[in-house]
Amino acid sequence: MPAGPLLTILIFLPALGALALLFLRSDDHEWIRRLAFAVSIAEFVLSLWWLLRGVPLGSTGYKLEEFHPWIALGPHGAAPQTYINYHLGVDGISLFLVLLTTFLTVVSILCSWNSIEKRVKEFFIAILLLEVGVVGVFLSLDLFLFFLFWEVMLIPMYFLIGIWGHERRIYAAIKFVLYTMAGSILMLVGILWLYNATGTFDLPSIQNALQTGALALPRGTETLLFLAFFVAFAIKVPLFPFHTWLPDAHVEAPTAGSVMLAGVLLKMGTYGMIRFCLPLFPDASHRFAPAIAVLAIIGIIYGALVALVQPNLKKLVAYSSVSHLGFVVLGIFAFHIVSVQGAVFQMLAHGISTGGLFLLVGMLYDRRHTFEMSQFGGLATPMPRLAAFFLFVALSSLGLPMLNGFVGEFLILLGTYQVHWNWAAWAATGVILSACYLLWSYQRVFFGEMTVEKNRTLPDASARERWILVTMAVITLWMGLGSVFITGRTAAASQSVIDQMTRPPRAYDALAPLRGAPRTAAAKALTAPTSAVDKPNLVERLGSR
Amino acid sequence: MLILDHLWIIPLLPLLGSAINGLLGGKWPNKIVNGVALGATGLSFLFALEAVREFTQLPPEQIPWVQKYFTWIAAGSFRAGFDLQIDQLTVVMLMVVTGVGFLIHIYSTGYMAHEGGYYRFFSYLNLFMFFMLILVMAANYVLLFVGWEGVGLCSYLLIGFYFLRKSAADAGKKAFIVNRIGDFGFMLGMFLLFRTFGTLDFVTVFAKASPMQADALGQFGTLTIACLLLFMGATGKSAQLPLYVWLPDAMEGPTPVSALIHAATMVTAGVYVVARSHVLFVHAPTAMLVVAIIGCATAIFAATIGLVQTDIKKVLAYSTVSQLGYMFLACGVGAFSAGIFHLMTHAFFKALLFLAAGSVIHAMGGEQDMRHMGGLSKKIKWTYVTMLTATLAIAGFPPFAGFFSKDSILFNAFQSQNGGPNTGHILYAIGLLTALLTSFYMFRLVFLTFFGQPRYDEHHVHVHESPWSMLGPLVILAVLSLVGGWFAAPGMWGGTDYFSSFLQPVFGGTESAGTEVASRSVELTLAAVAVVTALIGFGIAFWLYIKQPGKSEALAKSMRGVYNTLLNKYYVDEFYSAVVIQPLMWISTNVLWKFVDVEGIDGTVNGIATGAKSIGDTVRHAQSGNTRSYAVWVVIGALVVIAVIFFWPAAKPVVGMVR
Repeated sequence: MPAGPLLTILIFLPALGALALLFLRSDDHEWIRRLAFAVSIAEFVLSLWWLLRGVPLGSTGYKLEEFHPWIALGPHGAAPQTYINYHLGVDGISLFLVLLTTFLTVVSILCSWNSIEKRVKEFFIAILLLEVGVVGVFLSLDLFLFFLFWEVMLIPMYFLIGIWGHERRIYAAIKFVLYTMAGSILMLVGILWLYNATGTFDLPSIQNALQTGALALPRGTETLLFLAFFVAFAIKVPLFPFHTWLPDAHVEAPTAGSVMLAGVLLKMGTYGMIRFCLPLFPDASHRFAPAIAVLAIIGIIYGALVALVQPNLKKLVAYSSVSHLGFVVLGIFAFHIVSVQGAVFQMLAHGISTGGLFLLVGMLYDRRHTFEMSQFGGLATPMPRLAAFFLFVALSSLGLPMLNGFVGEFLILLGTYQVHWNWAAWAATGVILSACYLLWSYQRVFFGEMTVEKNRTLPDASARERWILVTMAVITLWMGLGSVFITGRTAAASQSVIDQMTRPPRAYDALAPLRGAPRTAAAKALTAPTSAVDKPNLVERLGSR
Repeated sequence: MLILDHLWIIPLLPLLGSAINGLLGGKWPNKIVNGVALGATGLSFLFALEAVREFTQLPPEQIPWVQKYFTWIAAGSFRAGFDLQIDQLTVVMLMVVTGVGFLIHIYSTGYMAHEGGYYRFFSYLNLFMFFMLILVMAANYVLLFVGWEGVGLCSYLLIGFYFLRKSAADAGKKAFIVNRIGDFGFMLGMFLLFRTFGTLDFVTVFAKASPMQADALGQFGTLTIACLLLFMGATGKSAQLPLYVWLPDAMEGPTPVSALIHAATMVTAGVYVVARSHVLFVHAPTAMLVVAIIGCATAIFAATIGLVQTDIKKVLAYSTVSQLGYMFLACGVGAFSAGIFHLMTHAFFKALLFLAAGSVIHAMGGEQDMRHMGGLSKKIKWTYVTMLTATLAIAGFPPFAGFFSKDSILFNAFQSQNGGPNTGHILYAIGLLTALLTSFYMFRLVFLTFFGQPRYDEHHVHVHESPWSMLGPLVILAVLSLVGGWFAAPGMWGGTDYFSSFLQPVFGGTESAGTEVASRSVELTLAAVAVVTALIGFGIAFWLYIKQPGKSEALAKSMRGVYNTLLNKYYVDEFYSAVVIQPLMWISTNVLWKFVDVEGIDGTVNGIATGAKSIGDTVRHAQSGNTRSYAVWVVIGALVVIAVIFFWPAAKPVVGMVR
């Protein structure tokens, strides 16, 4: 296990790769692709190696932490200085989300091999920069840094949709950015307010202070802050009724963009909920949980029903994401260890299976340049292999046991049922509906007689496509059978989220602890940094304000 | 203990066969595909036999024999493992599944020989065997659910095997989705059981449940609700009211599939689950009553539809639904071993009926409509004789297998006291009437197919007997349909009912009533009544189709309304379509998508954008370029800020932040 700033390397290695791409001739497509591929593979291997070693089974707290004061805040010359910190760390939950990101980046690069023909260099640079942003989001432990990466990710995605997208790409790109920006403005306000209330941007410090009771947010403040963060994340997820950017963005994005969008970008929303909303605003989370659960359930059913009647295959998959992510949000806000574990697993499973569906839809598009299902039909005859893969991925998406979708869905519903049986009962109807829209669309695309003459000569999956699909299929099966490899590692982190949610209720004392009131030694001892890294003590800083 | 320690090998072999054929079989000649598929199933059968042999030598305290392999899903306190178990109930199911499954595999090599996608067919068929074995060997509900969903998948794939035909693809999809509706209940049932017992392992759940206080009739306690939810799953898988609609359509699949999946094994999974959960069910009399009523209602309902169907496979399909109803009736009145007994004998004679029907269809060159058959008995003798055996069995003539199992069910229904003193008698009466109808429509099928004048074009259709790969399984199944019920025969005259005493460790003394001396005379009377009933059914069919050919059409004409209702299966599919499917599609398209999504949410979002733009357009006019008006704005702005700072103390900290 090498020492050093491993997480920093993981975040910025793709940026280095993007920089290196700049030095290649822009018409040298072959080497641009190879270099981008090599960088993404290196990134994937390193993340696999370092992160799995870095987060031992059963360990709690953040690992591989890096902590550097970055931007000094407050009046010049005052002591002690407060900082925006460059604080990175990884735990069981972010670990797999990073792995998912690095893996899907490889896949995105492979699936764009031939289908991207214009501005090839810029395309791969955008993909790599996107990876920087997303990995950064998952590894940041400082709110400001988190926000920074959150915004960084937006730019390459905007270009991916706007430049390499389909007919209505400009509309979709702008809609995507504006929607997300609306949310992130709220989040920025929330972050600044939280800083104002706590005197720090450092997530573990705030968590600690909340845990020990050194910090208590007044009810009204907590509510507003919760909403500011939650809406930003809800838009990203997207939770009903904030979802209308998603179908447009997905349909217009190039395949790689859709894969990354559905695979990892949506998970930033649910990740944010687990990482920030629940631990930072536990009481508000409890208060809003019923309302959020209702939205999640509406999303599950609504997304599925709208998916059912889409004539456009890609839009269908996009709406199915609304439905599936509704399960994740429901699992999170049921606050049961089983459902939270399920939610984390479902994020990963959805990344693989919906990523796979978008890949396959993209492959069909490469051949026929349409997403309209009426243009397909009977495709199982000319392309049996593609049909078989499509069925496999669709089955994982509809939650067939032994494939990955089942584990997440089952755990979410099981856990939710233990606390709110009626939520689970409503949500479980999604299990029926997912079978409806997936099997019906599958039938319309692959079964029956061929109705469009052009389809008769379509080529089956090429060797490159087959390799991608086989890899996806193997991972799908492995996650479905060996889910304990993942849930074992996410258990401690999920449990700690639950624990932070269920600490004993305490009296609200306005902002008293923050106004320089004397504190006991015990509280000081408890708020020591979470790791050996030397960082400023929150309480001291609070006292000095 | 060679196999008992390695139970996994029994399901794994068909999985391997499926994978090998599925991945590589496309380029192989049929012979190699056969070898792989039959080898896998045959070996699995042999291993199952050996497992049963070893099982019989186990001391009773080691039963059920549970083998834990690996943890599959774990979160919080929940654990589901790949754990297999074997007990007497599993033994019966194991023998039926591997035995009948193997025979049908052999048959398929003949039946499918000239079909495209040969390797695909056997790959699916082997995959089905894998999931079915997981289903019957699972040691917890979650793993059972793996098999449960898995067989549903294979059913989907095999019904839609001829996927170029829209009707086949439709039927496959319908089967899967209707099953999912049942699974919805099954899953909720599992969740409730986990909440109640903290585990889903059979052994623990049942151990914790047995000392519990049983719910009273009409009381909806935890166990009652759990049982009803599980039963909802069973109605989907085992095609009971109101979820039976997929099974008749499933006849779109190749005939061996109909025999294996939609008659002998998969559709009985619901009965298996109810029997497996009998500890829970006996604590829930309301649920038991519901099971009995649904089973009984389905039995007669499907039988009436079967009376008028003209497609040979459709008759058998409705007959299957009806017979499954009998099995649930048995479970519902607490006669679990009678239900399982009928499950076994039904597997023999119904698989045989389907395979023989397949042989007829094969002989007729694909014709399935009985109106275009007739007089085949001399041309395809073996098929005729075997099919007649199965018909005698299902109609309940002694000493064929169906007689014993059906008699046992009717007797137990008659004795049932759950839900009032007369409930049992009503259930019995309906069951008996169903038996009459069964006997009638089965002999109608035989007479239409094998007797009378040929009603097909003899110049174009060259009727030929099937090859021995098909006839062999027919003969074996015919023997089983004859002798398969004899285990229970001694029970009739006061001896031991070997079948129920074998299952006694599983189901306990729940059926002691059946062995009491006092009731023996009742039992013999009822048996005699049943035989008479079967004879009447036979007589009517004989009169209508042999003695007075043409009479049946006249009868249909005179009762046109009834006839059409039956022919159109009570218009249930049309009803579902009009009440559920069409409205759902309409609402999804016009309300949810086009109105809420496009007009509502997107309209609002775009409206905000337009609004911002128009405000900008309006305010733009203030930017007149006139320096004096700018100066006035500056002064006004400054005054407002000062006023706020001075007169609104609450704003001070906010403004003060601007350093």
